[in-house]
Amino acid sequence: MSAFVALDGVSHAYGGMGGTLAVDGLSIAVGEGEFAAVVGPSGCGKSTLMKLATGLQFPFKGAIRVGGEMVKEPVKIAGMAFQAPTLLPWRTTLENLLLPLEIVEPHRSALRRRKADYIARAEALLSSVGLDGQAGKFPWELSGGMQQRTSLCRALIHEPRLLMLDEPFGALDAFTREELWGVIRDLHAARLITVILVTHDLREAVFLADRVFVMSARPGRVLVERPIDIPRPRDIEVTFTPAFQTIVHELREHIVRARP
Amino acid sequence: MTARSLSTRLAPWLYTLVLFAVWEAACAIFKIPTFFLPPPSAIARALIDYWPAIYRNSLFTLSATLIGFALAVGFGLCLGLLVGWSRNIYAGLYPLMIGFNAIPKVAVVPILVLWFGIGFLPAVLTAFLISFFPIVVNVATGLATIEPELEDVLKALGASKLDIMRKVGIPRTLPYFFGSLKVAITLAFVGSVISESIASNYGIGNLMLQAQAQFQVPLIFAGLIALAVEGIVMYWAMAVLENRMTGWAQRSGFAQA
Repeated sequence: MSAFVALDGVSHAYGGMGGTLAVDGLSIAVGEGEFAAVVGPSGCGKSTLMKLATGLQFPFKGAIRVGGEMVKEPVKIAGMAFQAPTLLPWRTTLENLLLPLEIVEPHRSALRRRKADYIARAEALLSSVGLDGQAGKFPWELSGGMQQRTSLCRALIHEPRLLMLDEPFGALDAFTREELWGVIRDLHAARLITVILVTHDLREAVFLADRVFVMSARPGRVLVERPIDIPRPRDIEVTFTPAFQTIVHELREHIVRARP
Repeated sequence: MTARSLSTRLAPWLYTLVLFAVWEAACAIFKIPTFFLPPPSAIARALIDYWPAIYRNSLFTLSATLIGFALAVGFGLCLGLLVGWSRNIYAGLYPLMIGFNAIPKVAVVPILVLWFGIGFLPAVLTAFLISFFPIVVNVATGLATIEPELEDVLKALGASKLDIMRKVGIPRTLPYFFGSLKVAITLAFVGSVISESIASNYGIGNLMLQAQAQFQVPLIFAGLIALAVEGIVMYWAMAVLENRMTGWAQRSGFAQA
């Protein structure tokens, strides 16, 4: 099987080859439409993985393929969201959503002509994450959870085939976080998009992912690959079942052992 | 924006009145001689008596200041964008600019006079030289503090450096830029008045110098008041401009209590 996202024996160091190794001999393969979660102790190079898979950084060793092609420049079929929503405060929710379309081709050239289409698409996306009627508001008029939903929409507006999430819910309260798990789960189910989620939260990883990768302490590589065979669609109630708890517990053991 | 209460709106006038009242009273109670510290009433009389001269020279100073300030805005903005654009330019130019800024501008005036003669031009240039630095620093800071995550989001979409500058860098720099104008305009007044009091036949600076030579102390203070009023009006104009252009950045209720 050829994977949609494949990192093969990748080593990357900041500050050139002599610098500190962030990841070393990292291999991960994620199939198309799969939901992968990456967990590990802090500083294990999870964020480096994000940058490598999206073509923002290039490794000195190993190969990276996304969508069947070698990554030699930024991967335009990817959307990204981070812990901080990083919305532009001078733009409304709708204008924030349109930002990627002002950058990425072919939308960039078509923006003027197809403005109405794009606005309709943005509004549909907003309502799919429960943000109906918020398009005209500025980011500071939205709650933290709503800002993060907007940030997710911004990552999806150009209909990427790969969604990269770097601790997207880290700054939210527990209830909002669970709500957004539901949002991501539904987006993934509806769009058949490939998702790579980097997180500290093991419950989050197990609830959302088809497979969880446990990374070692720096320099990071994959220690354990754990398929999650809980049937979909998953309800939040599943997180309270003993089977679920057992998987979380097992992953926790791996991470405790992986810590430096 | 909530409407400010009447008392908040009256406060500046009230505080100014109180300041002048205390000043007047202190002069009377401690019998301070007028040639040492004139009371506000004497200054007011000097303002009225010498109004034509004060008016003419104020306009002169104002125009020198505004032209110098306009040059500083144009130059400061361009240099700030350049410095914010590249780490290398930043590293190269920053020490030079700090060194330049550390030079007392009083010391530069004689050189300007040497080059351009006495009068209007040195005043304009001194105003320019003293006021561009805060603009450069603020614009460069605005550009340097773009969130790296946001940069990643845009770069991953294939954004060029120019795209990031246009979509994110420049808009987010505007509050810094307009904030710096308030500092720059008051510095520009300092520059033009310094130059006028050293090498000019016009302007409030020159008027004060002459008043000092003739020992007309109330007139010196009248000149100071005229400068203060011009400074306040221009600062206020910059603050209004800032509010108009970057309202999105000023929604904090912090200072409104």
